[in-house]
Amino acid sequence: MLYTILVFAPLVGALIAGLFGRMIGDRASQVVTCGFMALSAACAIASFFLNIYGEPFKVVLFDWIVVGSFDTQWALRIDGLSASMMLVVSFISFLIHVYSVGYMAEDASIPRFMSYLSLFTFAMLMLVTSDNLIQLFFGWEGVGVASYLLIGFWYDRASACAAAMKAFIVNRVGDFGLVLGIAACYLVFDSVQYDVIFANAAKFADSTIVVFSYEFSTLTIIGVLLFIGAMGKSAQLGLHTWLPDAMEGPTPVSALIHAATMVTAGVFLVARFSPLYEYAPTALAMVAFVGASTAFFAATIGMVQNDIKRVIAYSTCSQLGYMFFACGVSAYSAGVFHLFTHAFFKALLFLGAGSVIHAMHHEQDMRKMGGIWNKIPITYAMMWIGSLALMGIPFFAGYYSKDAILEAAWASHAPFAHYAFWLGIGAAFLTAFYSGRLLWLTFHGTPRADHHTMEHVHESPMVMLVPLFCLAGGALFAGWLAQGMIAPDAAWWSGAIVMRGEPNILEEMHHVPALVKFAPLIVGVAGFGLSLVLYLLVPSVPGRIASALRPVYLFLLNKWYFDELYDRIFVQPAKAIGAVFWRGGDGMVIDGFGPDGVAATTNRFARQAARLQTGYVYHYAFAMLIGVAALVTWYLFFVR
Amino acid sequence: MAIPLSHFLTLAAILFTLGVFGIFLNRKNVIIILMSIELILLSVNINFVAFSAHLNDLVGQVFTMFVLTVAAAEAAIGLAIVVVYFRNRGSIEVEDINLMRG
Repeated sequence: MLYTILVFAPLVGALIAGLFGRMIGDRASQVVTCGFMALSAACAIASFFLNIYGEPFKVVLFDWIVVGSFDTQWALRIDGLSASMMLVVSFISFLIHVYSVGYMAEDASIPRFMSYLSLFTFAMLMLVTSDNLIQLFFGWEGVGVASYLLIGFWYDRASACAAAMKAFIVNRVGDFGLVLGIAACYLVFDSVQYDVIFANAAKFADSTIVVFSYEFSTLTIIGVLLFIGAMGKSAQLGLHTWLPDAMEGPTPVSALIHAATMVTAGVFLVARFSPLYEYAPTALAMVAFVGASTAFFAATIGMVQNDIKRVIAYSTCSQLGYMFFACGVSAYSAGVFHLFTHAFFKALLFLGAGSVIHAMHHEQDMRKMGGIWNKIPITYAMMWIGSLALMGIPFFAGYYSKDAILEAAWASHAPFAHYAFWLGIGAAFLTAFYSGRLLWLTFHGTPRADHHTMEHVHESPMVMLVPLFCLAGGALFAGWLAQGMIAPDAAWWSGAIVMRGEPNILEEMHHVPALVKFAPLIVGVAGFGLSLVLYLLVPSVPGRIASALRPVYLFLLNKWYFDELYDRIFVQPAKAIGAVFWRGGDGMVIDGFGPDGVAATTNRFARQAARLQTGYVYHYAFAMLIGVAALVTWYLFFVR
Repeated sequence: MAIPLSHFLTLAAILFTLGVFGIFLNRKNVIIILMSIELILLSVNINFVAFSAHLNDLVGQVFTMFVLTVAAAEAAIGLAIVVVYFRNRGSIEVEDINLMRG
C-alpha cells in the first residue's frame, strides 16, 4: 500500500489539477498537487529507510499483457536501487512543486504547469520502480512526453516550441535503440522480466548473434542498444544537443527534469542492467568512452557560455558523463551515488539560478548581471553551496561521489578506464573553472544591468527559499550520509547492483595512490583559483584571451558546431527528401492521379455536360425532334 | 368522289411540321409554343380519323376523343403555369426562360 500511494499519488494530483484546474482555480491546484507530492515524498522517505540494506521484493498491481509466453505485469520492484531513486525523485519533485508556487506565481496557466510537473513525477516513479522492460518503456516515454510538454510550456514562444520538438525528436533516436534493445532481450531471453533476464545473463555470455551477416556477442548487442537509449535520455555525446535547448522551459522544469531526475534515467538503466553489462565488456567500454568524452566535451563548452542556465545545463551534461563512465568501469554504485548527490546540488544550482533570474526580471545573460551579491544574500549563499558541491570541495556532497568515480576509474583495468580518468580530471578542472566563473560573473564585479533593473533586484519569497534550504541541506550532507552506497559489499542495493571481479572495483579503488585521491581536489582548487584571477581580480584578461584564441573561443561558444553539423548532415537532407516526396510523390503522383485527379476529371466532364443545358425550351424541343427523326429514320430503314 | 387517304396524310404532315417549327423557331411567346403543341396534336388526330375511316375501324375515332380531352387538360394546365410564371417573373418571353441553364 505504501508503495502504491508513493507512485500513484502524483498521478492523482496531476489528474485533479489537469482536468479540473479551471474549475478549482490556481490556488487549489497548487495545494492539491503539492499535497499529493508531499504524501508521495513522505512515503518515499519511509520506503528509503525500510528498503536500503533490505530484501528486494515486488508489489504486483495487475497483469498487463499476457499473450503466449509473453507475460507482462504492472509491478513495483522495490530494492535498494529503486528506493534510492524514488527518494531522489519524490523528494526533489516535492521541493520543486513548492518552489514553483512562488516562481510561477504570475503565470497565466498555473494548474496546467502543476499538473505536468506531477505527471512527470508519476512517469519517473513508474520508470524507476519498473519490474520489466515494457513498464520501463512506459515510464521512459511518459517522462519524455512530460518533458516535451514542459519545455514547450510557454507555447507562444517559437523558440520554446522548437526546443520541445528537438528534445522529442532527438530522444526518438535514442528510443529507437532502446526499443531494439527490448526486442533483442525478448528474442534472446524469451521474457522482458528483469528477474529472468538477469538470472540468465551469464548463460548467454559466450553466445553470439548474427546481424547483417556479422557475428556479434549477444550481450554486447543488447548492452549497446540499451545504452543508445540511455544516451538519448541522458544527453550523452552525439545525442546531447537537445539538453541545452531544453532550457527554454521554466526554470523549475530545468531543475527537476533536465538536471535532477529525468536525464539520470539513462544512468539508472545502465545500473539496473548491471547484471547484464557485467557480461558485456565491449558494451561497457563504449559506455566508459562515451561517458568520459561527454564529461570533458560538455565542460569545455560550459566554460564559455553566457546564459546562466546554459552553463548549468552543460554542467549537467558533463556530470552525467561522469556517472556513465563510472558505470563503464563497473563502478555502478559510484555512478548512482553521484546521481544521488548530483540531484541535490544541481537542483539547488538551478533553483538558485531561477531565484537570480527572478530577481533580475527574467534576465538570463550573465554579462548583464554582476554586483548583486549583497542584494540577494540568501540566494548568493545557496549558489555558493551548490557550486562548492559541484566542484567537489571536501565534505560537500559532490566531493564523495566525484572522488569515488575518479578513484574507480584509476583503479579499474577496463578498457578506456585511464582515458576516462584523465578526461575526468580535466573535466573536474573545467567544472571548478566554470562554476567559479558563474559565481563571479553573476554576483560580483561592477553591476552591468541597467539602473532600473538594479533598483528592483530583490530576494525571492520564502516559498522559493525554503526548497533551496532543503536542497542545500542535501548538497551539504547527502554525500556523507549516503557513503554506504559505495561500500564494497554493495549491501545498500539489496542485490540490485552486481559487480564481478575479485576484489571488486569498489574494493580496489581504496588502494589507489594518495596523489590520485587528491588530484580532483587539486585541479578543482586550481580551476577555481584561475576563475578567481580571471574574472574577479583582472577582469580584462578573459576578453583578451578570447580575442587571441578567437577560433578556439568561437568553436567552444558554438558548442563544437554540433548543431550546425547535424543541421547539415541530417536536417537539411531530411527536409530536401521531404520536399521531393511532398511535391513529387504526394503532390504530383498521389494527388495528380489519385483522389484529386479523379475528382478533377469528373468535374471537367460534368462542366462539359452542364454546358449542354442551356435552359431554353426550344433547344430541348429541338433535341427531341432530332431524336424523333433519328428514331423514325432508324425504324423505317433498318427494322424489317 | 371520295378524297383519297393521301390528302389527309399530307395535310396532317404539313400541320405537324408547322407545329414543330412553331415550337423551336419562335423566340417570343410561350403561348405560341402551347398553340404549336395543339397543332401537332390536331395533326395526329387527323391521321387517326383518316385511318379510322379508311380501315372502317372506330377505335381510331374513339382515340381522337381521348386525345382532344387530354389536349384540353394540357392546355388548361399549360396556361395556368404561364399565368403563374408571368406573375412571378413579369415576362413570358421564351428568351428569358433559362433558369435551368447549367
